[in-house]
Amino acid sequence: MRELAAILAGTLAGSIARLIMLRSDYRQYPSFPHGYVIHMSLGVIAAFIGAVALPALLARRYDAATFLAIAAQQFREIRNMERRSLEAMEETELVRRGSAYIEGISRVFEARNYLAMTVALAASSISLLPFSHSVHLGMAVGLAAAFLMNKFIYWRSVGDLAVVRPAKINFDGPTMEVEGIVISNVGGEKTRELLKKRALAVIIEPKDDNASATLANIGQRQAIAHDAAAVLGVTKDVGDPEFTPLVRRNIETGRVALVITAVEPDMESLLAAVRRVPIIENVVRKPLDTKAGRKASD
Amino acid sequence: MHSAILAIVTLNPEKVVEGGSAPVFYASDHAEQERVSTVLSEILLGMVHDLENGVYLIVRH
Repeated sequence: MRELAAILAGTLAGSIARLIMLRSDYRQYPSFPHGYVIHMSLGVIAAFIGAVALPALLARRYDAATFLAIAAQQFREIRNMERRSLEAMEETELVRRGSAYIEGISRVFEARNYLAMTVALAASSISLLPFSHSVHLGMAVGLAAAFLMNKFIYWRSVGDLAVVRPAKINFDGPTMEVEGIVISNVGGEKTRELLKKRALAVIIEPKDDNASATLANIGQRQAIAHDAAAVLGVTKDVGDPEFTPLVRRNIETGRVALVITAVEPDMESLLAAVRRVPIIENVVRKPLDTKAGRKASD
Repeated sequence: MHSAILAIVTLNPEKVVEGGSAPVFYASDHAEQERVSTVLSEILLGMVHDLENGVYLIVRH
């Protein structure tokens, strides 16, 4: 009876953990009910696996425990599933996410199931302890763990690594520049007039060499363009490559400039949107953590 | 990253060598060059670039 209560408590705590992590996702993904269904069902299964692990071991059902380990392996498939569906969607995006961002998102979705599993394991283990309110304690610890994980396992954002400030767009003939960073060559006077009128520019100034190396990544910059366009909208259709948001880098200072023709040309919102763009885990570079990197930076 | 020149719109025929990979359109004045480039970019889903020597390129990025 205690085992059943422990398994139920673990599954519940793990599922709630998955739900919290699903809701805290602001990147407008998954933004559709079926996406929630997919991730919640997998989350519940993950939670069940975590919850059952210890009771199975205690019941000396080693075969069951082995099966659970094999089942846990299946969650690796989630990363592939996410990657495949996001890659398939790329063709239809006006501003692409880019492969680095897709990889980052896929990893997070995989990891969240392991977190749900861990929460479930913690909750069910404590529920098994032989005292009267252990199930309540198990649930409480599980939920506390879920909230803590949600708080401490997060993506750092561009705002943590860099100062984001407004900037002015200049045209030198057809060449569009932002503070000396060449953005693109724009032919056609009408297009230039439109850009002068509507386009917004921000400069992203890395705080140190680590940040500079991270923001240099093309995938990270594409993620900035995608998120800015996702939040503010982009005045662009299939035949308007000149209005594609562009993120270009000053090779000397490492500063990065973003130019976007937003539907809502509101600078404050753009600054907020850019600051909140997540730093993709896989692209993080830390040259300052090495002796050679520190020496090179002074 | 496979940019390709889809068309060339020029005011100065001597600036563009015939027989390249992209069709060349001659424009008699700046206004016509602007108009032709815009229409071409809409048709070809490309972007207009200005070489600053009287030659415009329609490029797909």
